[in-house]
Amino acid sequence: MSELQPSDSEKVPAATRALTKKDFMSDQIIRWCPGCGDYAILSQAQTVFAELGIPRENFVMISGIGCSSRFPYYVNAYGFHTIHGRAPAFATGIKASRPELSVWIATGDGDSLSIGGNHTAHMLRRNVDVQVLLFNNRIYGLTKGQYSPTSEPGKKTKSTPMGSLDHPFMPLAFALGCEATFIARSVDIFTKEQREVMRAAHDHKGASFVEIYQNCNIFNDGAWDSLVDKQVRGERCLFLENGKPMVFAGGTKGIKLEGLRPTVVELGNGLTADDCLVHDEADPYLAALLARMDYPEFPVPMGVLHRRSRPTYDALFNEQIAEAKAAAPTASLKQLLYGGETWKVE
Amino acid sequence: MKPVQSLESVVIRFAGDSGDGMQVIGSQFTNTTALVGNDLATFPDFPAEIRAPAGTLAGVSGFQLHFSSSDIFTPGDAPEVLVAMNPAALKANIRDLKKGGLVVVNAEKFIQREFEKAAITSNPLEDGSLDEWRLVKVDMARLTREAVVGLELGTKEIDRTKNFFALGLCYWLYQRPLETTVRWIEAKFKQPYKEANLRALRAGHAYAETIELFENRYEVPPARLAPGTYRNIMGNQAVSLGLVAAAYKTGLPVFLGSYPITPASDILHQLSAYKAHNVVTFQAEDEIAAVAAAIGASFSGSIGVCTTSGPGMALKAEAIGLAVMTELPLVIINVQRGGPSTGLPTKTEQSDLMQAMYGRNGEAPVAVVAASTPVDCFEMTLEAVRIAVTTMCPVILLTDGYMANGSEPWRLPDVDAIPAIPVKFRTDPVDFQPYRRDPATLVRPWVRPGTPGLEHRIGGIEKQDVTGAVNYEPLNHEHMCKIRAEKIARIQVPDLEVYGDPGDLLVLGWGSTFGAIRSAVDQARSQGVRVGHAHLKYLNPMPANTAEVLRSFRRVLVPEMNLGQLVRILRAEFLLECISLPKIQGQAFKVREILEAIYSTQQNEAAK
Repeated sequence: MSELQPSDSEKVPAATRALTKKDFMSDQIIRWCPGCGDYAILSQAQTVFAELGIPRENFVMISGIGCSSRFPYYVNAYGFHTIHGRAPAFATGIKASRPELSVWIATGDGDSLSIGGNHTAHMLRRNVDVQVLLFNNRIYGLTKGQYSPTSEPGKKTKSTPMGSLDHPFMPLAFALGCEATFIARSVDIFTKEQREVMRAAHDHKGASFVEIYQNCNIFNDGAWDSLVDKQVRGERCLFLENGKPMVFAGGTKGIKLEGLRPTVVELGNGLTADDCLVHDEADPYLAALLARMDYPEFPVPMGVLHRRSRPTYDALFNEQIAEAKAAAPTASLKQLLYGGETWKVE
Repeated sequence: MKPVQSLESVVIRFAGDSGDGMQVIGSQFTNTTALVGNDLATFPDFPAEIRAPAGTLAGVSGFQLHFSSSDIFTPGDAPEVLVAMNPAALKANIRDLKKGGLVVVNAEKFIQREFEKAAITSNPLEDGSLDEWRLVKVDMARLTREAVVGLELGTKEIDRTKNFFALGLCYWLYQRPLETTVRWIEAKFKQPYKEANLRALRAGHAYAETIELFENRYEVPPARLAPGTYRNIMGNQAVSLGLVAAAYKTGLPVFLGSYPITPASDILHQLSAYKAHNVVTFQAEDEIAAVAAAIGASFSGSIGVCTTSGPGMALKAEAIGLAVMTELPLVIINVQRGGPSTGLPTKTEQSDLMQAMYGRNGEAPVAVVAASTPVDCFEMTLEAVRIAVTTMCPVILLTDGYMANGSEPWRLPDVDAIPAIPVKFRTDPVDFQPYRRDPATLVRPWVRPGTPGLEHRIGGIEKQDVTGAVNYEPLNHEHMCKIRAEKIARIQVPDLEVYGDPGDLLVLGWGSTFGAIRSAVDQARSQGVRVGHAHLKYLNPMPANTAEVLRSFRRVLVPEMNLGQLVRILRAEFLLECISLPKIQGQAFKVREILEAIYSTQQNEAAK
């Protein structure tokens, strides 16, 4: 059974040959709309997969339902396109059974936070060692344009002609509330930063929750433009670096702590980067501040907001199995069946 | 010395408050009786509430045991002995007691305050309402208190031991040895509770011996069972052991994804202790996650299994459809209970047959099998796994609350003689296509992720045959729907066997009605009635000879604990009119009810 249930769950086997992005491109025709942000995310993921030193056969892509969930079909690895919202539960069964596999979940804001909110929460709480790529476009695309659980209040869509009444989730604050051990954010068009975040997600042992702002050019075009356009991103995004002060706008602004609250300050006039908050990925209290920081009051934090070490579910799961087997080396079916109160009839 | 009267069989029922420990002494009496060598069958009956208000009818918990010196198939229609720990227990159960039967009551509880809780207006011990039965009044609480004098226990704690007093009393009455229970108490309790329970047990036994309350004591000689090693087993335990056996016989890990639900939870509890046997359990956040994780495990090369009951089945429907579409093995065990909705969580029913057969969106055929007795749960669990891994499909195993919690002696199988279930993962990349099928069975290959060169994608969208690529073409969809149905239809299952007399009247059952039907058929035949019995354990596909067997009888009577679901399926499949005998009361059939239906069917025929 050792082949089926490796005792060392941390060990994903090394690839025997160098892989390229092309190795991860499947023969399927990609059916996303032309101009969709999903293309960029797929491309970064394929690039990163090839760099990780893992054999292709040990990658498993899991998804639920929605535009983003077509992702597994386009990655030449093992893939499972499952049912709406339940990808985390499938992934949990797979990772617990086969901890040596590198398991990635592609999901959307509706899939992971609406119909699948429950499973997302429990996967994060358990700290199953998988990578979640949440394509957040603040709209339902595949069902042709209804508001989603991350849509802004008052949004007019096909199902909300007078404006949405719902208050939206902040996905990373949600994840943190679910005891996530890794939260990060990037944007479909930030290709380099996205790859860095994906690599960090892979390196993290535990559930890595990555929100990727993604543009749906058909039903919610420009949803993130006010944050991520070239002209404004320097002012409105805060690119985090661990151990570095939180400065943005070309070094002219920073985040400073006033009491328990972060505030935006103009640097100069005696204020320097040294007066700003220093990013500490491991600090859960800082993570709570960062996860709630949103435009326009603040620039939106990008990169790894938080990571901390906690035993993974799959490792603990397999440790218990190993412990039980070690404690009962002579376990057999016969011993189990005949082991209780029995009697003989001659 | 009281005279000892030999009896062939006895039905005894213990009844009391949920907190009175009736299930405990019921199972103790059962274990002791099994070790004495009687054949037996048990029926625990308890409320859905954990502790309904003490003394009320809602809180009454019962345990019925039928033991015999000959073969028996049911826990018995009506008890001959009732032990009632309070007025509510008496009121709830006395109607079932055979006329002339023995009723032993905990007399101290028969006071005004308790009558009010049980909505009784006058004292049944004095108002003549028990005249038809033999009444024995015992001050169990007082006698227990006297027995444990000197132990450091509060009144409440002392009161808790009186169930063992009642058990000791019944052990004397039926000449059962105390040793099994003594051993159990010694292993189970710490001091001073150990000592208190032991003293209560022995006090009950001695009290019965000393006081001239009982006119007789009885013996039920050992049954003439086939030679072998036996243990007592409940259906849920047999399912658990069947899954362990499946892990050994396939060489694969069994992955149980489950969410607690009555009456299936005990399987999760039991299996969670069997990690050393390559059975692992995952208590999921809900019913959907449970099946999803199990399917994920199957995808990764384990045997994915779910245990649930009706409401959980409803929630799993979409995921089961995914396993149909992706053609992955999956075993779903539905321990049926009364429905719809929450229904009767602790009571039995067979009303999920249609749900198992058809309860999914789209054309979503699955294999359906049903166990017929607690012991049969072992074999049918193995069968469910065999079909799932050799056919690459979901298999629903139907049991129910009656057999799940009921018990009977099990002649243990020769472990080495249980056939292996061969499983082969595809590893050869040459000409690999995920949906290329075995031409005879139409089964697609099972590939574990991690196998080089066989990377592929599966999912819930319709796929092209052979390649598995996403495909929406009209004729491909029709082809795939037909091929998924045909694959299930080609599953090999054993023929339907007929017991008893051919040609005239067949009683056809499925599931836990087996015992009541077999007993009724035996009794009718002993009265000269020509009647046969067949029991469907494979419901989809049905045995190849099913139509032939049914047509070889002039009439077919179908008892079911639903409103006639199998009858409807038989009509649809075979254009055959069967006589439906429905019962939907949360209770199993009594032998008498089926016997009466056999007689009335015969009379109707004679009148024609």
